[in-house]
Amino acid sequence: MKNALPASVMSLFLFLTVLAACHNDPLEPEYGTVQLKFANVVGAQDLKLDSTSYTNGSGEPFTVTKLNYFISNIKLKKADGSAYVVPQDSSYFLVSQSNPASQLITLRNVPVDDYTGIDFVVGVDSLRNTMEIGKRTGALDPGGAAAGMYWDWNSGYIFLKLEGTSAKAPADATGKHNFMYHIGLFGGYKKESKTINNLRTIQLAFGTGPAHVIVNGTTGVQIKANVLKIFDGVKRLSIAAHPDIMVSDSSEIVANNYAKMFSVGTVQVD
Amino acid sequence: MTRWQHVGILAAIVFYGVMVGCQNDSGKDGPIEPEPKPVEFKATPYNWKKPANFDDPKYDFTKNPLTVEGVALGKTLFYDGILSRDGSVTCAFCHQSFSGFAHNDHALSHGIGDKIGTRNVPGIENVAWKTAFFWDGGIADLDLLPISPIQNPVEMGDSLANVLKKIRTSGQYPALFKAAFGTEDVTTERFLKALSQFMLTMVSANSRYDKYSRKETGAALTDQEARGLALFKQNCSGCHTGEQFTDQSYRNNGLRMQLANSKDFDLGRYQITLNLNDYNKFRVPSLRNVERTSPYMHDGRFQTLEQVLDHYINDVQDTPQLDPLLKKNGKTGVALTAADKSDVITFLRTLTDNDFITDRRFQPD
Repeated sequence: MKNALPASVMSLFLFLTVLAACHNDPLEPEYGTVQLKFANVVGAQDLKLDSTSYTNGSGEPFTVTKLNYFISNIKLKKADGSAYVVPQDSSYFLVSQSNPASQLITLRNVPVDDYTGIDFVVGVDSLRNTMEIGKRTGALDPGGAAAGMYWDWNSGYIFLKLEGTSAKAPADATGKHNFMYHIGLFGGYKKESKTINNLRTIQLAFGTGPAHVIVNGTTGVQIKANVLKIFDGVKRLSIAAHPDIMVSDSSEIVANNYAKMFSVGTVQVD
Repeated sequence: MTRWQHVGILAAIVFYGVMVGCQNDSGKDGPIEPEPKPVEFKATPYNWKKPANFDDPKYDFTKNPLTVEGVALGKTLFYDGILSRDGSVTCAFCHQSFSGFAHNDHALSHGIGDKIGTRNVPGIENVAWKTAFFWDGGIADLDLLPISPIQNPVEMGDSLANVLKKIRTSGQYPALFKAAFGTEDVTTERFLKALSQFMLTMVSANSRYDKYSRKETGAALTDQEARGLALFKQNCSGCHTGEQFTDQSYRNNGLRMQLANSKDFDLGRYQITLNLNDYNKFRVPSLRNVERTSPYMHDGRFQTLEQVLDHYINDVQDTPQLDPLLKKNGKTGVALTAADKSDVITFLRTLTDNDFITDRRFQPD
């Protein structure tokens, strides 16, 4: 009988341990939602289309009439180096300044965890860019959402489109001073016919602390996109010298620049 | 009437009967057995055959299995001006059957509102074997091709989104989409794949050359044609290779360059790759039905095959990008005598496929 008490205490403890372990079943992870909120800004100001005049690094006044870009291949990274990768087929989004709903990217079924950063591609990766038409639905449909973001004569998506006006842009045939940057090119279909590759992967850390994804909760992550960086993120471009950049070598400069335009704003459980 | 006239009429009637009876209408005149209970959608597989003298096709048919209904839908779209902004331009506006689905009247393509494009209209044939399209190869997937002429402001001048919208609200199309794909949904994918299906059926493989190549009974080339073929193999087939008469590469064939300020100035493949090695290079075109597809070259500068051959014999321009095959032993061009030239042209005419050009299946209903 001497040993009976400790044995029953032990068995009770074991029972409780097993119960607790079963309750917190690691084989059934729980999920939350992450909302990426893209905020297009010009320096410290919110971007407003058409009306507001801004000044770029070259001291040139400009207005923005259009800003669209593709965000794809999203990964949420954890401190241990692992990541939650958004399923490929559901990882293509077109952010348009003219469409506020498009600036909110909702990622559902994100495993509950603490995430320390995010990776994404600006544009449409080469694999998807050469996939058959049946795999180009939703944001990638050239007869739907992607209209205007697709080059039909040189098959491929436009990754980022910035259009506007500037007194420094030369007058076109109708007397308007427009500038336009249409940046695409994914590297080409074949090795022997390579093109420039303007795909850029953006890697951002949540500097203020991890983003907690909680069961059935929504975690908001604000990502700022600073238009000024498109002109001078790495190398300064002036509108006067480069009013139009599309399929040309200069497109690489713009891609390198806009790769620096993104930063993390607020991160919080809403 | 004489006895012979009676026999003649009788023979004509019998011949007519055979012609009508033998037409390959693939059920065009209505279904023979109406299905009482269409429980599950099932389109009729289209019997697409690879000609015996051709390689395996490059198009991946598994992603777009051809059906009789899909091909019929594609053909209806091909011949419908709904694909253009004002309804005036169909695919066939530029791609005319009697020209090998190219265009004879304009050196450069003629489109909506009498606008003129920058390049010569290529023929449509054997697209299943092509790995890229357009003179600069800017499109590498047949299914993506129609977006370009639809949206080109000097061709059909519309947008794909608007064309799909018009098709969705049209009277006839939802039913045709249902027959081809199971539901009335008009999607980008279905629209483009239907057009591909029709174009994939446009196989040209019945020229006199083909019959000769397949060693069909009674098929032969004349002495002059045979001489032309031998000369062709010796002098031309380095680029115009194989049964498609193209190696599908991009080359500079020594054309006189247009002035840089000319509206016809065209850098060709360079515009796609931005690679200086591709400066002024263009896709090697197929020569099938070449007798019918005049004018020639990317800008339609030559009206006749004689002029084309004269270029290769006398006028090849030496530039850094000139194709090495056109400069041998320090001499530019191809060494052919006047008699050789005539032989080669005689051979090229054996590539005309009248069955293809007159095939009712490729003509509007």
